[in-house]
Amino acid sequence: MTAVEKIPADKIKIEGLTGDAAIAHAFKQCDIDVMAAYPITPQTIIVEDFQKFAANGEVQTKVITVESEHSAMSACIGASATGARVATATASAGLALMWEVLYCAASMRMPIVLTVANRALSAPINIHNDWSDSYGARDSGFIQLYCQNSQEAYDTTIMAFKLAEDHRVLLPVMVCIDGFILSHNVERVEMLPDEAVKSFLGVREPVQPLDPDNPLTMGPLALTDYYFEFKEQQDRAIHAVPDVFKEVEEAFKKMTGRSYGMVEDYKTEDADIILLTHSTPAGTAKVVADTLREQGEKVGVLRLKMFRPFPVKEVVEKIKHAKAVAVFEKCLSFGAVCNPLALELRSALYDLDERPMVTDFVIGLGGRDVPPTTIVDGYNKTKEYLAKGKAPLYETLGVRK
Amino acid sequence: MSEKFNDIPMAGNILEPGNATKYKTGGWRAMRPVHNDETCLWMKNGTCGLCWIFCPDDAIRLIEKDGKYTYEYDYDYCKGCGICANQCPTSSIKMESE
Repeated sequence: MTAVEKIPADKIKIEGLTGDAAIAHAFKQCDIDVMAAYPITPQTIIVEDFQKFAANGEVQTKVITVESEHSAMSACIGASATGARVATATASAGLALMWEVLYCAASMRMPIVLTVANRALSAPINIHNDWSDSYGARDSGFIQLYCQNSQEAYDTTIMAFKLAEDHRVLLPVMVCIDGFILSHNVERVEMLPDEAVKSFLGVREPVQPLDPDNPLTMGPLALTDYYFEFKEQQDRAIHAVPDVFKEVEEAFKKMTGRSYGMVEDYKTEDADIILLTHSTPAGTAKVVADTLREQGEKVGVLRLKMFRPFPVKEVVEKIKHAKAVAVFEKCLSFGAVCNPLALELRSALYDLDERPMVTDFVIGLGGRDVPPTTIVDGYNKTKEYLAKGKAPLYETLGVRK
Repeated sequence: MSEKFNDIPMAGNILEPGNATKYKTGGWRAMRPVHNDETCLWMKNGTCGLCWIFCPDDAIRLIEKDGKYTYEYDYDYCKGCGICANQCPTSSIKMESE
């Protein structure tokens, strides 16, 4: 890796970009070789913008137009297998159509970067934001990173390639942004010079690429004799992610001064109640925490950036002293004990002798607005349950009932 | 065939092409084809050859040796599927228990 230096302020370009546009610009600077994608709201702008770059000759990328998301991911795997740097983007039903191939991408160890503009799944058909799509794909073997704003979406996309292509990892990364709330919201984005991104990422060094001169077989049959061993390999690979992620962030921080961490803690040190969430509700939660702090409430926010692999150690470290943790999540896991984020958290806390109470609030399904009052509502309920010493496994907030 | 998870190539990749010859399938066999030389058309006059054409594993070889028509079975790869016996127009191949 070449030495990374701090980029001087006059070299940084500042623009007002939507989350989608920020990611399209990041893809452009990452100099990807192949992009295969099928349009689906609210991801469309990423590919539209990128196709404009390609049409104008600003990038050397081969843009493959395909007839479905299933083919988009398949084409990405084929391209990645030859050693190319590959990206695609999708959402909701598109991600669902990719399902089968997501597992291939992860199990074949293809470092593809996939942007998901989180959107609800049908029925009824809905184009707005919740996390049902990417939460459903949480066991596919993809690394999952969730972004809170356009700047972070831009930064994370660049870091995602470095993380994915690291030889200790070699796994695809899902970079998730909240559909419309972030994908279509214009924000101030500081963009790095092209050269800086280029030297930060370098050229992808494939480990076992497809090459006619040195033929090999990828994705063959492995039955009872070896399948389990390959899954063990894959499991070890994803557990190597936190260390590599820290290194990647460290290098990125040297260059930009920005870093996010696998978890971001906000006023949690002395907090009695910690609000745990990720993506855009985390911004709302921080504002709520500020206001409640002014009223003398001891409250903090823990924002999860990485959901897969789940950063157990970091999360437990930040919340174990609290009396309660209120989880806010935009997904229902029908028939489960509680919902994905809270399930994960409760399991992470299980081994502690004294653990904080966990309350689980399902919010904002199908793009239902999450105003500060919803978060306050959850906070007040948590306080009430804490006093009673008993909380329901989960409940929904912001629904007419 | 007993390497540990970290001794095998990444993601199930097969790094050595053409290694299917090492994958011997004869161990699957429950029935073995046995030839009756007297009625076999290949042995008689070098015609027919349906068993050779239809064998999915290329385990039957019809050959000429010292000017005479003969054959050999490759039992490393013969799975005992019985297609040869089924195709033989003179019923010269019988499947016998291993």
